Amino acid sequence: MTGRRTESGGLIDRGTTLRFRFDGRAYTGHPGDTLASALLANGVRVLGRSFKYHRPRGVWGAWFDDPNAIFDVALEGNEIPNCPATTTPLVEGMEARVVNAWPSARRDVKGGLDLLHRWLGAGFYYKTFIWPDWHLFEPSIRRMAGLGALDGKEIPDYVADQIHDACDLLVVGGGAAGLAAARAAAEAGQDVVLVEDHPELGGGLYRSGESVEGKARAEWVTEQGATIAKNGGRILTGTTAFGVYDHGLVGLATERGFARAPRLTRMRARRVVMATGALDRPMTFADNDRPGVMSLQAAAEYLTRYGVLVGRRIAVLSNNSAGEAAIEALRAAGAEVTEADPGAGPIRALGGKRLSGVRMGEKRLECDTLLVSSGLTPVVHLWRHAGGKLDWSDEKSAFVPGAAPQGMMAIGAANGTFDLEPALAEARAAALGKPAAPTGNSYSIRPLWPEPGTKGRQWIDFQHDVTLKDVELAARENYISVEHLKRYTTLGMAGDQGKTSNMAGLAAMAAIQGKPIPEVGTTTFRPPFVPVPLELYHGARRGQLLNPLKRLVLEPQHRQAGAALGEYGGWLRPGWYGPKPADQAVRDEVLMARKTAGIFDGSPLGKIEVMGPDAEAFVNFIYYNTIATLQPGHIRYGFMLTESGAIYDDGVIARLGPERFVISCSSAHVDGVEAMLESWRQDGNDPDRLFVHDATQHWATVTVTGPKAREIVGALGLPLDLTRAAFPHMTLRESDFAGSPLRVARVSFTGDVSFELSLRATKAADLWTALIDAGAQHDAGPIGIEALSVLRAEKGFIVVGKDTDGETMPQDLGFGIPRLKKKSAFVGDRGLHTEAANDPNRRQLVGLTAPEGSPTLPTGAHLVTGDRPRSEGIITSSYFSPTLDRPIALALLERGAARQGETVTVWHMGQVRTATVAPPCALDPEGGRLDA
Amino acid sequence: MQLFPCPFCGPRDEREFHFAAEAGKTRPDTTGAVSEADWAAYLYDRRNDKGRVREVWMHLPCREVFVMERDSVSMEVLGTTAFRKAGA
Repeated sequence: MTGRRTESGGLIDRGTTLRFRFDGRAYTGHPGDTLASALLANGVRVLGRSFKYHRPRGVWGAWFDDPNAIFDVALEGNEIPNCPATTTPLVEGMEARVVNAWPSARRDVKGGLDLLHRWLGAGFYYKTFIWPDWHLFEPSIRRMAGLGALDGKEIPDYVADQIHDACDLLVVGGGAAGLAAARAAAEAGQDVVLVEDHPELGGGLYRSGESVEGKARAEWVTEQGATIAKNGGRILTGTTAFGVYDHGLVGLATERGFARAPRLTRMRARRVVMATGALDRPMTFADNDRPGVMSLQAAAEYLTRYGVLVGRRIAVLSNNSAGEAAIEALRAAGAEVTEADPGAGPIRALGGKRLSGVRMGEKRLECDTLLVSSGLTPVVHLWRHAGGKLDWSDEKSAFVPGAAPQGMMAIGAANGTFDLEPALAEARAAALGKPAAPTGNSYSIRPLWPEPGTKGRQWIDFQHDVTLKDVELAARENYISVEHLKRYTTLGMAGDQGKTSNMAGLAAMAAIQGKPIPEVGTTTFRPPFVPVPLELYHGARRGQLLNPLKRLVLEPQHRQAGAALGEYGGWLRPGWYGPKPADQAVRDEVLMARKTAGIFDGSPLGKIEVMGPDAEAFVNFIYYNTIATLQPGHIRYGFMLTESGAIYDDGVIARLGPERFVISCSSAHVDGVEAMLESWRQDGNDPDRLFVHDATQHWATVTVTGPKAREIVGALGLPLDLTRAAFPHMTLRESDFAGSPLRVARVSFTGDVSFELSLRATKAADLWTALIDAGAQHDAGPIGIEALSVLRAEKGFIVVGKDTDGETMPQDLGFGIPRLKKKSAFVGDRGLHTEAANDPNRRQLVGLTAPEGSPTLPTGAHLVTGDRPRSEGIITSSYFSPTLDRPIALALLERGAARQGETVTVWHMGQVRTATVAPPCALDPEGGRLDA
Repeated sequence: MQLFPCPFCGPRDEREFHFAAEAGKTRPDTTGAVSEADWAAYLYDRRNDKGRVREVWMHLPCREVFVMERDSVSMEVLGTTAFRKAGA
C-alpha cells in the first residue's frame, strides 16, 4: 500500500463513493476518478502484465500515454475489452479484469515466462517455429498472445452518431494555450470549436501551474471557458481529435459513456491550431518497467487532477527543468521526495512487484516510488497526419513542429514552447493567424538517451516488451531503418503508437549507428491517435442503411398473396408464393406457367429511355447488335459489351419512335448501365441532342406468360388487337389502361407467349388485381422469381453474370453475326478480334443432360477431362425441370458448341459423375410455343 | 476525406465520386484497322503520373462527367471542368 488519497484537492467528488471490483476484489473511488486513479488511491500497484514476458506492471502515465494498464471492463451485462485504465472514467458497479493475465495481475500463472527471457528476443517465435511449418504452431501461439477477450455479445444500440460540421478555427487541446487561442479567436468574431479530451478543461495546468496570469488555476480556466462560450465558441470536452485526413478533415471522437459508442464529428475547419501539449519521456535503465516506476508529470497529474498521492518515499530521476513544480507539489502533499542525479552511474530499479529502491552506480536509494522524466516530447501526431514537418531542437532535445501543413499552426508545449507566458502569447497570435514574436526559454535539459551495450534489461516499449537488447538485435540483423525496426520488434505499435516508446527507440538506433537522432528520423504517424472502436467509422451506415433494399410498389399485394420475399439483385422480391415448402411451391408454379399461365412482377426490369435526334446513332454505338435498322414498335434482343469485348449486360431494346428508345437491361444492372450510358453520352456527343433518363422506378411491369396469356390479357379489354398476326413476337404496342398510358411488349424470358405490361407505378395495383382475377378464371396465378429462373433455364436463356463470366463474348453464346458483319463502330468491337477472342478453345454455352435417374447436377461443378484432370468448363445453372421431369443444366465448356453428345466428367468437391453435352435449349427448340 | 468540386454541384465529399479514366485518351477509330498495340494501349496503358494529373471523374448523384486536374502527391485539387467543355 503506497498510494493514497489526499485530504483535499483534485476534480473528484469526495462526497460520493463509487464501488467497483478489480480482479475480483472490491474497491471504492469517487466521481471524477479513472479506473487507474481509483486503484492507485487504494494503494494497488500491479495493474497489468506485459504482453510477452508477463512482467508485473504498474501505471506509467496518467492519460493516453499509459502503455501498461489495460482492462476488460464489464458493467450491467455489457463488456468492453482492452479499456485503458487511465482514460476509462470510473462508474459505480464496474467489474474490471486485467488482460493477458490469469487469475489476476498480481498472481499471473504465466509470470514464469519472464525467466525464459534470454531466449525470447525479437522475432523468437517466427524464427523458432519455422520448422516444419509455422502454421502448425500459429494457433496456440496466437492464443497465448493477444490482450483482451471478446465476450461475443453485441451491445444493444451501440451505434456511433455521425455529424458533419465546419468552423473557422478548430483548436485541439483545452490547456492553457488552447483556451487562450480559442478565447482570442472567439472574441475576434471567428466561429471557433475547442476540443479537449478530458472531461474538463485545463489540460496540462493539472500537471503544473497553480496560478495563471495572477489567477488561481480553476478560476482562470472557468473564466476562459465562459468567455469562449459567451462569444459563440463551441467547446467539446471528452472529445479527441484522433486524426487529420485529406483536405484538412479532422476526425473528432466524443465519449458518451461506458458501453455507448462515441460520436464521430467530421470537422472541416478553415484553420486548425494544435495545442496538444507534451508528454514525459520514460528513462531507459535496468528494470525500468517495475511497478512503482512512473512518469514525474503523471504523478503531478494524479495529485492535482485526482487527489492521489502515488507514493510516500519518492525518488526522482529527472534530466530536465519541467518537473520542478511537480516535485514541489508532491512535497507539499506530504511525500518525502529525494532528487537524484540520473547521470551518476548505471541505474537499476530494485525490488519485484513492490519497488524497494533504486541503485545508481555504487549509490543506493530506498524508495517506494521512482518518478522519472527524461524530457518532454511535443505531441505532434496530428501535425504529421496533416503532412507537417518536424525539426530537431538540440536545445530542447526533442522533435518540434517545423514547416506547417496548409492551414495549421502549433502552439504551446506542442510547439516546444514549454513556458506558460510565451505559450499564451503564441496562442493569442495564432488565434489571429499570426506567428508569435520569439521569446526566451527557461526549459533546460541534459540529453539522456539509451546507452547500447549497457547491462540489464532496459525497456524501450513497455506495451510490447521491446528492450534495448531487441533494438541491438534488430540493428545486428540489419533492420536499421526505423520503419524496419518498428516492424521487426513491434516497437511503437498498437495502442501506444509510439507515445512512450518512439523517442527511446530511435535514439537507441541512432546511438548504435553512431548517428545524430534527426538523421535516423521518425516512423510515420498514422491515425487514429488513440484507439477508437471500428463502429465509429460507419455508425448507422450498415445493413439496410448502408445498402437499402429497393421495394416493389406491389409489395402489399405480394404479401397478401403469401409471397416468400427475399433479396434478388438489390430488390425485395417474391421468391415464390404460398405456405408450401420452397421446392414444391416453385415446382407447382413452373408447371402452372407451362400449363395455363404465370403472372409475374417484373418491375425491377430496367427502363432506361434514350431520347433525342442523336439517340439512334448512340444506341447503335452502345449495342453489339445493329439497332439502327430497328423499326418503331419493334424490339430487339442485344448485348452491351465492355471495351474488352466481354458481355456487360443483355436485355431488349424497344423503339418507341424515331428518336425514342427504351432499354430494358437486367434488373440488378440498371445503375451500372445507366452510368455507362451517361459516361458515353457526355463523351463526344452533343448533350443537347441526346438524353438518357432512368425511369425504372417510375414504371411498374407485370408479365403474363404461358399458353393462356393472350386470354388473360384479353380479359382487360384493352383497345388492342392481341392476335398473333396483329401483334407478333418482339413487337411493342402503346395502349391505355384505365386512362393511364400502358406499354405492352411481346417479349419472352420463358419460351412461352408472354405479354409485358408496363405502366405508371401508381396504377400498378389495379392492373395486378385485374390480371390476377382474370388469371383465376384459367387456373393461372402469380409466380415468383425462383420459378422464372427454372422456366428460362429450360429454354436455355442466360442470366448475365451467372451463365457468363468476365471473359464471355457474344460469339460464345451463339451470337456471332454482328461481330463479323456490323459495319459501324460499337463499344467493344475491336476487343472481339484479339488473339484471345479468336481462340478456338473458348468456353461456349452448352446444355447438359444427366443420366437417367441421376440427381440434379451441382452448380459450380467443374467439367474435367484427361488423365491429369484439367477444368475445361463449369456448370453455371442447374435445376430439376418439372416440365421435362429431369435435371437440366447450363454450362460454359471449351469448344462446347462442337461437342454435342459427348460425355463429360463432372467433378465437384471430390465427387465424380458424368453428364452429356446437349444444346442449351431443352424445351421447344423449334419455338412453336413462343411464336404462338 | 478529399473534397472535389463538381462543376455542377460544387464541393462534395470524395465518396460521391467515381473515377472513370485518365484524361486525354482518344478512342481509336474502330471502323478502320486498329493494331493490337494501339488497342491494348487504349484499353490498358495508364500513365499513373506522380504529381500533376488530369483525370475523368463522374459525380454519381448528378451524373456530371468532368475533367479534374489534381496533384497525386499532395492531393491538392487544381481545378475541374465539365467534360463537354473540356473536350478531352
